[in-house]
Amino acid sequence: MASYELNVNGKNYTVDVDADMPILWVLRDTLGLVGTKYGCGISQCGACTIHLDGTAARSCGIPVSKIEGKKITTIEGLSKDGSHPVQQAWIEHDVPQCGYCQAGQIMTASAFLKDNKSPSDEDIQQAMSGNLCRCGTYLRIRKAVKTASKNS
Amino acid sequence: MTIKTDRRSFIKVSTAAGGGLMLGFTWVACKPEAEHAIALAMPEEWYDVNAFLKIGDTGLVSIMSPNPEIGQNVKTSMPMIVAEELGVDWKDVIVEQAALSKDFDRQVAGGSQSIRKSWDSLRNAGATAREMLISAAAEKMEVDARECTVDKGIISHSSGKSVSFGEVASMASKQEVPTQVSFKDPSAYKIIGTDRRNVDGKNIVQGKPLFGIDTRKEGMMYASVLRPPSFGQTLETFDDSAAKNVKGVTEVIRFGDKIAVLGNSNWAAIKGKKSLKAIWKKGESLENSADHDAAMKQILKNAKGESLRKDGDVAKAFKEADSILDRTYEAPFLPHNCMEPMNFMASVEGEKCYAEGPIQTPEWTQNRIATATGLKPENVEIKLTRMGGGFGRRLYGDFAEEVAQISQKAGVPVQLLFTREDDMTAGTYRPASKYRIQAAVKDGKLTAYKLTEAAMNSNMYGLIAHFFPAGCVDNYEVVAGKVESNITTGAWRAPYTNFLGFAEQSFFDELAAEMKIDPVQLRLDLLENVKGTTDENIEYSGERMQGVIKLAAEKAGWGKAKDGVYQGFSAYYSHNTHVAEVAEVVLEDNKPVVKKVYCAVDCGIVINPLAAKNQIEGGIIDGIGHAMFGDLTFEKGSPSASNFDRYRLIRNIEAPDVEVHFVENVLSPTGLGEPSLPPAGGAVANAIAAATGDRFYKQPFIQYKDVIG
Ligand code: FES
Ligand code: FES
Repeated sequence: MASYELNVNGKNYTVDVDADMPILWVLRDTLGLVGTKYGCGISQCGACTIHLDGTAARSCGIPVSKIEGKKITTIEGLSKDGSHPVQQAWIEHDVPQCGYCQAGQIMTASAFLKDNKSPSDEDIQQAMSGNLCRCGTYLRIRKAVKTASKNS
Repeated sequence: MTIKTDRRSFIKVSTAAGGGLMLGFTWVACKPEAEHAIALAMPEEWYDVNAFLKIGDTGLVSIMSPNPEIGQNVKTSMPMIVAEELGVDWKDVIVEQAALSKDFDRQVAGGSQSIRKSWDSLRNAGATAREMLISAAAEKMEVDARECTVDKGIISHSSGKSVSFGEVASMASKQEVPTQVSFKDPSAYKIIGTDRRNVDGKNIVQGKPLFGIDTRKEGMMYASVLRPPSFGQTLETFDDSAAKNVKGVTEVIRFGDKIAVLGNSNWAAIKGKKSLKAIWKKGESLENSADHDAAMKQILKNAKGESLRKDGDVAKAFKEADSILDRTYEAPFLPHNCMEPMNFMASVEGEKCYAEGPIQTPEWTQNRIATATGLKPENVEIKLTRMGGGFGRRLYGDFAEEVAQISQKAGVPVQLLFTREDDMTAGTYRPASKYRIQAAVKDGKLTAYKLTEAAMNSNMYGLIAHFFPAGCVDNYEVVAGKVESNITTGAWRAPYTNFLGFAEQSFFDELAAEMKIDPVQLRLDLLENVKGTTDENIEYSGERMQGVIKLAAEKAGWGKAKDGVYQGFSAYYSHNTHVAEVAEVVLEDNKPVVKKVYCAVDCGIVINPLAAKNQIEGGIIDGIGHAMFGDLTFEKGSPSASNFDRYRLIRNIEAPDVEVHFVENVLSPTGLGEPSLPPAGGAVANAIAAATGDRFYKQPFIQYKDVIG
């Protein structure tokens, strides 16, 4: 057992967990932040996307020992009240069906829009293609990212 | 419209008689799920009017959504129907997910039936409550109830007097339940037919705990289960010493041929499971897809199986035919791959079990848990969470049964989570299947149509054998045979029709070419023959089918595609909904790319167009994705893929645009979770054939590498 200092959504935590425990499970099971979802565990689906120092990352593939000193943002910390332009656009376009993949989609989109202020449709589709959605909400995701890009 | 009320929705009222059941507001304070800012204050007292709704002293209305929510949006659309008849402003409504309860009929999510089967009971719940509010208001205002009207939570008398729902909620809950109520005329609808956003939308985008996987309970342990790696294998022995040394692992429990590892996090349980050393008995019957294929082909060849429908003299018509078209279509097994892997929480304490999680069939699951644990079904309480997809997989409560057994043995609350590998390898797969379709043509007319099905474990059910073109062709026959297998199979979004739709609609495209007639015209002509049928097995409508076909053709500009754009047509009735689709394909570097799908739907009254379109878009994308990429085969009982590195799902950049159009009518609503999927693969295949001249007879299409690239 080792102890790790984490900064999640602006708060500091100390966790006593195995060095190889993926940050996904630290967030969900140790810290109780269950907004970040498990989908595949092998960095293929995007359900577990978080921000590390503002960049999108797959939390299922990153051991807790590798991220000390980095700022972690989860869906719970994207905004206090769902007011982030990406979250707002998601509501406006009524994107979710089952909703399970959407936290990951939103985290991918919000990181992407930071570096791409006015993305083309093709850029958006490319950027969002790492996140799977079995319900097939891809078209609304595209529209919502477009709307968010205009409102960010 | 007047309808007799059904006692069932009022069980709670009678138990609450003599005072109205007053509920504290804590339960609702934790669950402000409305998507809108609630305009009214949170009530101090709530009054049960019937099982579906409670009205607060401020006028706020809480509506129960009885059916499980799997992403088909019933948690928004079902309460919309109640609210419409009640006469409340939608912004003054909050919604709560009902647990499994005898108060409600058919608490099932499956077959796209939630809305269709509950249409009357939901309207009834709203209309009855409205009448009780009116009679309470009339008493309070000392006026004639027949002179009162209701709108936006206000009961008004023709004299100008009015009271709000909140003011008479208590009195209303004590009113006698009317035995007859009338439903609103659709022309007066204010909520039904309007775009309403998902009531859970705000919570979803903020990552609030809504799903089964998010369930937590005091003292709860996490479990991961090791199951036999191949179908047909059993457990001989195992060594758990390394597993028990994994930090956080608390217990290892064998049950049957499975081993559960419990830990204080999912990671500990998963890591512990990986450290188990199990020795599996060499199974006697480890099956291969190649053998399945051979056995299914034998069925098709000999047309061996059960006759599901037979009209006229098919053999004679084939003998006398000018030409015959004979094609075989083949589909693999498919895993469901709900984005939320299977999971469930159970806490067995003595004679009681509390279980909570994502399940499409709570009542069936209650019984499964009872049988597995030896408890009485009435002692098994089931609470429903939002589901991260279902697609048929969550009809089967095997995972709930497993966790109840584990909790019973461990003596603590346990949450079982399937890893993606567990989810894909311990599935209840869409059965692999093959269809042979034969058509006889004489004097330019279709004279016979014969469909033979060969499928793993089970065959098409219900009225599928009586779908189009049954009733359109004089000589018609459906024969279905099956191959028994130890690979577990079950329902998968639009069971059977998810592939039959593709097979049949690809066949009709080729048949039209053979008959030298436009494929749309061929369908329209054939459908003439079924109009006015008295055959009770034929539930699709010739008129409604023609309606969607014409609408799709019109909106897509059928036959008038721009240069370089190739169109494919498909129309399919399933789950009581009529759908037609036109796919458009272009060639990029000589390879076909699907750009757009036009879709026309007749589902009767559209409850919530915004959400309805979401279902239709999703069904089309899902249908195309699986037709293109979905593939699972078995070798020695073991599946060919266990995670998304080797199992391909459609991704954003591969999804075509979708344009949805509804046939406008005031017929009773039907479901949308499945019906747009079956025609999608056929529309795409037909468009690709138009673009390249190549026909696909097998799914997934990616195996046609020289065409697809
Ligand atoms: S769970 Fe991390 S990418 Fe799928
Ligand atoms: S909304 Fe269900 S998986 Fe994306």
